[in-house]
Amino acid sequence: MKVLLRNPRREIEVEGGRSVDRLLDDLGLSREAHLVICNGTLVPGDARLDDGDTIEVRPVISGGAL
Amino acid sequence: MTAVGSKCKVCKGPAVIDLPRHNAKFCAEHLQQLCRRQMAKAIDDFDMLSPDDRILVAVSGGKDSLAVWDMLIEAGYHADGLYIGLGIGDYSNDSGGYVQRFADERGLQLQTIDLRDEYGYDVPTASRATGRVPCSACGLSKRRLFDKAALDGGYDVVVTGHNLDDEAAVLFGNTLRWDIEYLARQMPVLPAGNGFPKKVKPLIRLTEREMAAWCLVRGIDYVVEECPIAAGNRHLSYKESLNAVEAKSPGAKASFYLGFLERMAPLLAGQSAAAAGELNDCERCGSPTTTEICAFCRLVEKSSAHEPVPVEMVLTRGGKARRR
Repeated sequence: MKVLLRNPRREIEVEGGRSVDRLLDDLGLSREAHLVICNGTLVPGDARLDDGDTIEVRPVISGGAL
Repeated sequence: MTAVGSKCKVCKGPAVIDLPRHNAKFCAEHLQQLCRRQMAKAIDDFDMLSPDDRILVAVSGGKDSLAVWDMLIEAGYHADGLYIGLGIGDYSNDSGGYVQRFADERGLQLQTIDLRDEYGYDVPTASRATGRVPCSACGLSKRRLFDKAALDGGYDVVVTGHNLDDEAAVLFGNTLRWDIEYLARQMPVLPAGNGFPKKVKPLIRLTEREMAAWCLVRGIDYVVEECPIAAGNRHLSYKESLNAVEAKSPGAKASFYLGFLERMAPLLAGQSAAAAGELNDCERCGSPTTTEICAFCRLVEKSSAHEPVPVEMVLTRGGKARRR
């Protein structure tokens, strides 16, 4: 499945058949700092992602001047 | 995607997000309900806003400021937006576009101030000219211009989109240094007075993840990419550290910050220079300051006299701006 990552924006190909939480763990990304969008819809951690899905892993942390 | 039966805690419909700190999952509708209730509680608990207030929302094009503007309008408040063009290359151009589209689509009033056009400098140049890290030059500029626009425009209050993660990270940093002055000022409401407008932070009970989810389920298009010159910012590392704690102990960030407000902040009341009335009028602009000439006037003087510095020249490396 195609996975869009941000900061910097790039696309990777990952094997499907894993949960959202597992995908984040496998990519070494914090669950608290990311949302996962599957085929345009926000999905929770136990949603199962399959080959053919289009995934975006969206970071939610913003920094800068506070 | 294969559905696995993850259900909303409230309606048992399909969930879109799990929130470990609430030990629950929510569908899009009940996520919004949670966010509305958390913002309303913050506003009520700290007497942030009155129904008739004229509100100026500081908007950047990011998720938090657009979300809080959206939530306030939805809740029936009269809220206009203020966007400041910081001159951070394409990032600023893109950010301004998101804000303008958000306002246009909803028929909202938006004021724009461009640093280069109106003050003769931009953030990359200010960083280079003053030796400040970019986020410091940016924050100083934004705070002053928000204050000025609110006072000039007759607004009752300035709203910013600072969320629970922002406040917890700042508290973490202030605590590491035991910076009493900053700790005493780190309140979700700064009252009007001493030449400052009232400033409030209605999102202090909501996390960045919840605000990003709000934008997604509401169809709010925001700038996702990080500011190119904020990379390596100290607060980002504090957020990562706090998120590592949160992963092991859900609710830790809320407990840390909201517990500070409830139990520690009262002990610090009156400890800051502003609270003690130790402020003078800036000799140039008349704004309140602890020195003869305020930091903003000094920054404008140095920066506007400096040749423009392209954003590429201040891209961070290891968290610090490049210096000459």
